[in-house]
Amino acid sequence: MRRGPWWAFLLHRLSGVALAVFLPVHFLVLGLAVERAALDRVLDWTDNPWVKLAEAGLVVLLALHLTGGLRVLLLEFGRWSDRQQSRIAVAGGLALLAGFGFLAAAFA
Amino acid sequence: MKRARPRLVKTGYDGPVMAMLEVEIWRGEGGGGAWRRYAVPHEANQTVLDVVTHVQRHIDPSLAYRFACRVGMCGSCAMTVNGRPRWTCRTHVSQAARKGRVRIGPLRNLPVIRDLAVDMAPFFEKWRDAGARFVPSGEPPEEPVRPDEPERRAADAGIECINCAVCYAACDSVAWNPDYPGPAVLNRLWTLANDRRDGDRDGHLDAAGAGCHLCRSHQECADACPTGLNPTAAIAGLKREVFRRALGGRTREGRQ
Repeated sequence: MRRGPWWAFLLHRLSGVALAVFLPVHFLVLGLAVERAALDRVLDWTDNPWVKLAEAGLVVLLALHLTGGLRVLLLEFGRWSDRQQSRIAVAGGLALLAGFGFLAAAFA
Repeated sequence: MKRARPRLVKTGYDGPVMAMLEVEIWRGEGGGGAWRRYAVPHEANQTVLDVVTHVQRHIDPSLAYRFACRVGMCGSCAMTVNGRPRWTCRTHVSQAARKGRVRIGPLRNLPVIRDLAVDMAPFFEKWRDAGARFVPSGEPPEEPVRPDEPERRAADAGIECINCAVCYAACDSVAWNPDYPGPAVLNRLWTLANDRRDGDRDGHLDAAGAGCHLCRSHQECADACPTGLNPTAAIAGLKREVFRRALGGRTREGRQ
């Protein structure tokens, strides 16, 4: 059975890959901004609650990669601490919190 | 597949034989092989090495495995027990067995010679290639080494390695990248880098240079280490020190 640090590694890697795959799509939509009508169509589409849900997933991925990255920086540049599991829990908890916060704001 | 018939044997232990263990042992040469089942009487305070020895002495003398001291000093009896690399001489069956079943295989990440005996050469070759050994400075330290000084404590933290390769077998980075030196070598380099009597600190840090950054900090080595060392913490120290040197920083507090 794998333990916390291994899962932290896996989530960090997968979130990084997923974000890298998402980035071109993000730029594509940004590129539409020069053409008002096209951008509005996309923005209308994002009002769909399912799309909002998917966006919350993106927010979690982004937050997960951010907090996970800070955790790695702390591990590699800070003094060693035996409380790695707690740090992983905090990193994961903050990421989920960001996702729920986004959902709360989107559906408020 | 021949199923061994369970039988009671004289073991020198006078207590009652409590139950039979269902033991699966990897049998085969080189890359090929299969799990073979044996029934071994379960005894009080029985170690996994006792189980393997029982099979070899009483059921199938052709079983190949390696051990020497039986008391956790020599580091030669490491095997994979129910999926985890362990020192078998100090692992009680009661700790490792799941529902009376024990599955014993060779260490991961090393070529199998036969059955449970792996070729340790790649492990020690990495050790040698990294120059992970003490280099006498040729002169006594200017001031005495105090046991409680921070550098000595950092060195002492990783000094009890018995070269059993349990961490090497536990490590995913070793499995993913054949060039990765592995936790044991890097842990040794870190103890040397902290040893003020060592004459080649820069050489040791150079040797750790590229390799230490391949560590993904899964901490499987620290979880598995039978003597309770934490190679992940040592490697984190190496990463810090190698990075500081790359920026042109001082190599050690109070010393150049």
